[in-house]
Amino acid sequence: MMPLLTTKGLSRSFGGLRAVDGVDFALMPGEIRAIIGPNGAGKTTFVSLVSGRIEPSSGMIVFDGADITSLPAYARVRLGIAYTFQITSVFANLSAYDNVALPVQRTLTDGRSKGAVHTGVMAALERTGLADRAQMPAGQLSYGHQRLLEVAMGLALKPRLLILDEPTQGLADSEIDNFIELVREIADSATVLLIEHNMPVVMQLADRITVFNAGRILAEGTPEQIRANAAVQDAYLGTTHG
Amino acid sequence: MKDASPAKPYALHLGVIALLFGLSFVLPEYHHGLLARIMVLAVFAMGYNLLFGYVGLLSLGHAMFFSAGLYGAGLAVIHLGWSVPAAFAAGLACGALLALVIGLLALRTSGVAFMIVTMMFAQVFYLLILYFAAWTGGDQGLVVPQPMRVLVLGSTSFDLTNATVRYMSALALFSIVLLISLAIVRSGYGRVLVAIRENEERTKMLGFDTFSSKLAAVVISGSICAASGAAYALLFGYVGSSFASVQYSILPLLWVLLGGAATTLGPLIGTLFMYYVIDIASGYTSAYLLIVGIALILLVLFFPRGILGSIRQRWLGWLP
Ligand SMILES: Nc1ncnc2c1ncn2[C@@H]1O[C@H](COP(=O)(O)OP(=O)(O)OP(=O)(O)O)[C@@H](O)[C@H]1O
Ligand SMILES: [Mg+2]
Repeated sequence: MMPLLTTKGLSRSFGGLRAVDGVDFALMPGEIRAIIGPNGAGKTTFVSLVSGRIEPSSGMIVFDGADITSLPAYARVRLGIAYTFQITSVFANLSAYDNVALPVQRTLTDGRSKGAVHTGVMAALERTGLADRAQMPAGQLSYGHQRLLEVAMGLALKPRLLILDEPTQGLADSEIDNFIELVREIADSATVLLIEHNMPVVMQLADRITVFNAGRILAEGTPEQIRANAAVQDAYLGTTHG
Repeated sequence: MKDASPAKPYALHLGVIALLFGLSFVLPEYHHGLLARIMVLAVFAMGYNLLFGYVGLLSLGHAMFFSAGLYGAGLAVIHLGWSVPAAFAAGLACGALLALVIGLLALRTSGVAFMIVTMMFAQVFYLLILYFAAWTGGDQGLVVPQPMRVLVLGSTSFDLTNATVRYMSALALFSIVLLISLAIVRSGYGRVLVAIRENEERTKMLGFDTFSSKLAAVVISGSICAASGAAYALLFGYVGSSFASVQYSILPLLWVLLGGAATTLGPLIGTLFMYYVIDIASGYTSAYLLIVGIALILLVLFFPRGILGSIRQRWLGWLP
């Protein structure tokens, strides 16, 4: 099977700092892949390169067989790469409804009737449990609900690859259980790339795990393999999760 | 919010149009003429508001779009002897084309740089008008001859120098532009424009080509302002370079700020308010600009979002 996403020698420096350093990465369609690693390992930078939010210093990105390295971000979104932000960046002054209506109207190709937009918006809000808050300004939602709204916006893009950057940050435990269910559902129709610090969430969801450290891939494997990997224990699990 | 009650905003806007129509029959001559002028200039303000209020792009050069329409229409009548509809179309086309070119260049910048670039282009436009004085009349301007200002539709002809015809023509243009603005603002495209104002990077990450959306907004905004300019030339018969000066780039900004940026009716209210404050103040004292200044400061202090913007924030959340 051909990978959905491949990167070859992908690098990005900030000044002298090599935030992402020669990363070769492949993601199979239908997979739920977790990316873990200590703070500052380059996880956000890596997925930002994939989504086109920032430009690489060198290297190549291939999505569904096509070289997308020089494609602008909006065009990658249209190809099916959706990115949800680590730092919540919903449109604070717009209602939750309008926040989701934007990606919904973007994906509607068959006549953008108000009815079709409405149906799509309410479906995405219901899946994330935000339907009863549709008319609230997004900035007035609780932090956890803003995280979910981010996910709803990503979902509404009907992506083939959904990139979630620490989506459970700030969610209550009960909300996390719902969230795990939601990601499983999403994975039926999309490939998921999940950056996550919460190890129980990672262990429950991921088919495979990639461990980043200092801009490079330190290890990759199934959850069991990663749990057993000594180098990973030293670099990450050992220090932050004793 | 947006999709909740589509009937209310349309009823309100049609009500305003009906009110303006009714006023034509009761206003004394002086106010009748003033209101016709205000409606034409409110169109200018609406065009400005689309870009400034909804997209969040502050241009200091919109006088060039207004004057593109003004001169496009005026010169077509004066030098080419074109009919009123053809001249209006010429003005509109000049504004649209100019806006396309300026948009392509100026949208490479944003924020303060955008303000400066648009102001520079407008200044160039102003100087060109003075330079080509042989055609434009330079700083004297030109008068559109009265006999040319007749709108012939089929077998009937309307004399645009007649007060009622002029008022109704101004109202027709105002109404069309008002309803177009309302439709744009309530459409999916309007939602994208607001999203760009709020967070352009995020909007791109939802798959929107924000440059194209902004360019379209500049062209629509420029065309509306040009329509206002073209109507001004044809209805009031004067084409002058002062309309291309920097003052006329700042005026629509003031009108919109006063009335309420990003409200569909704010431009009318702001223009109306400013004209009447000046009118009333100048009746009492020759230092009327002082009173205007004080009125502006009080408004900014107590209605920081403009008259309609503050009303929407406090009482009427559904206002578009
Ligand atoms: N725009 C930027 N300019 C300069 N340095 C940056 C920029 N973005 C990231 N960095 C640096 O690059 C390195 C990698 O950052 P990145 O945000 O990718 O890490 P991360 O793995 O996502 O960390 P976290 O787990 O804290 O989210 C860090 O040292 C960070 O300070
Ligand atoms: Mg990060």
